[in-house]
Amino acid sequence: MADQAFKIPEYREYPTIPALVPGSMAHSKPYIANEKVQADMGFPGKLVDNWEEKAIAKFGELLGKYRSLKVFMDSCVHCGACTDKCHYFISTGDPKNMPVARQDLMRSVYRRYFTLPGKLFPKLVGARDLTKDVLDEWYSYFWQCSECRRCSVFCPYGIDTAEVTMAARHIMDTVGHSQKYCNEIIVKLNKIGNNLGLPGPALENTLEGLEEDVKEESGVDVKYPLNVKGAEVLLVTPSADFFAEPHIESLIGYGKVFHAAGISWTLSSYASEAGNFGLFNGSYEHMRQVAIRVRDAALELGVKRIVVGECGHAWRVAYAFWNTLTGLGAGAKDPFAIELQNQLDPRYMQPSHICEFTWDLIQQGRLKFDKEANDHRIITFHDSCNVARASRMGNYPGGQFEIPRNVIKAVANNYVEMAPDTICESTFCCGGGGGVLTDDLIELRVKGAFPRMEALQQVVDANGVNYMATICAICKAQFTKVLPYYNFDMRLVGGVHQLVSTAIRLGDEQ
Amino acid sequence: MAIEVNGKSYETDEEGYLVSLGDWNEEVGKFLAQQESINLTDAHWEVINFLRDYYTEFQIAPAVRVLTKAIGKKLGADKGNSQYLYELFPYGPAKQACKIAGLPKPTGCV
Repeated sequence: MADQAFKIPEYREYPTIPALVPGSMAHSKPYIANEKVQADMGFPGKLVDNWEEKAIAKFGELLGKYRSLKVFMDSCVHCGACTDKCHYFISTGDPKNMPVARQDLMRSVYRRYFTLPGKLFPKLVGARDLTKDVLDEWYSYFWQCSECRRCSVFCPYGIDTAEVTMAARHIMDTVGHSQKYCNEIIVKLNKIGNNLGLPGPALENTLEGLEEDVKEESGVDVKYPLNVKGAEVLLVTPSADFFAEPHIESLIGYGKVFHAAGISWTLSSYASEAGNFGLFNGSYEHMRQVAIRVRDAALELGVKRIVVGECGHAWRVAYAFWNTLTGLGAGAKDPFAIELQNQLDPRYMQPSHICEFTWDLIQQGRLKFDKEANDHRIITFHDSCNVARASRMGNYPGGQFEIPRNVIKAVANNYVEMAPDTICESTFCCGGGGGVLTDDLIELRVKGAFPRMEALQQVVDANGVNYMATICAICKAQFTKVLPYYNFDMRLVGGVHQLVSTAIRLGDEQ
Repeated sequence: MAIEVNGKSYETDEEGYLVSLGDWNEEVGKFLAQQESINLTDAHWEVINFLRDYYTEFQIAPAVRVLTKAIGKKLGADKGNSQYLYELFPYGPAKQACKIAGLPKPTGCV
């Protein structure tokens, strides 16, 4: 790509810690949310006058509410194990992108206002006042974290950097200093039902088009049903699956799986989004607003099972937080939650990931494949961070790594792994997760993809890989955009169910 | 932010998308294309007009697949694919074409 104004990192012969380039990413700042979006979010329209006081009050509130945050503020010993684990640090060399240093932007403020030595002798303990400069630094660098938690895997204390980032963003939200991309999307979801702003009639039109396409290609009437009461399964998937390439190919695949297994299913126009950007901002309230739509849709449609499509952070929210947010899953006690728990079929995991769903059917022998239909592909798998490091599939440790791979190997013959320190729990972020998948952060995104591109290049050179499968809408969109910067074809990325779609026997071929 | 076309000012957002859909006309479209370094041909207009018609009906830009299918039907199967659209709109048919057509930016994981 010739038009960019920044330099793409060069591949390394072997991984080394980059030379420090202080301030090299200090200019990176996403657009600020406008007053209208902020009003809809319930946040101040712009930075409030007494922002310092309000920010510290909010900080104190979060420390009281989340014991984990206080532990993370106190327990770091600056051992440095995390420093070279961050894709943004590896690719930019900016020392403030070392996870420890990024956290210290917040920790230094914590010391000043919440610890005795910091209150008495700030200079001695590296404590800082929350000045406008510090706030600007927060805004820049906490929007250079994709909340992927790779650094946390290597932290001897298990400090969850993503949670620190979320807290910082939440504090900035409450003083009116918010990022446009995420907040605009949450507002859109609350108004229309999905991140794209795709209204019901457009969704219906798109799904009808898919039915025609699949009929034309396979001769089979595969249905993509919408708002069908009494269906067995409610599928909740990222709205990008209805809109973007290659996402939509996996949606086609989900429909074929339901068809081949003879299981009735439906999408919901009210809950037409699996993604939950409330997570990225650390805003419990917004996360709950987004999640509750799924419960409402499930109750309204009377479904017995809830299945989540290929979306990384959605699966984290569904797997880890839906139970307390909505009562979907065990644990919640409010009347709606109890009603939903009584309605859902206890023989299945609720919710299930689409890969678990498909893998179960494969194991039961209910799906058949022509694996050679994928023989033109040499496939590798990119683990998406939120699935890999924040959730599970199946009922055993590591299921989230194995099950998507099992599905791929059941539908295709050529499969290769990338380097072991870049997959499974050590997977590298695509560079666009955690709320940074926006055009105004393109430099960060291109650079952040670097370690993954490096690992990909190795298997492209050594094994001729021409398909990188992934189960996250953000990963798919991010790679489609950044692959060309590294001289790859943008069509090198695709979904796992795109592979399923290619090989599955629909059972009633004409 | 604002752009000025033929002496008239039109409000845009930070990324250059028109704030008000009703502000769009062909001259504005040409100006926005110029800012994207795109020289509009009949092939571009085919896409732009389809986007605007679809938007009028559904209040959203069409899915990329819907767009490629429509263009394929109209201009022949060899043009009914996203590669062709990327040739016309190198930054991506969804976002760049929407911007020039005066439609809001598609958001989310796209």
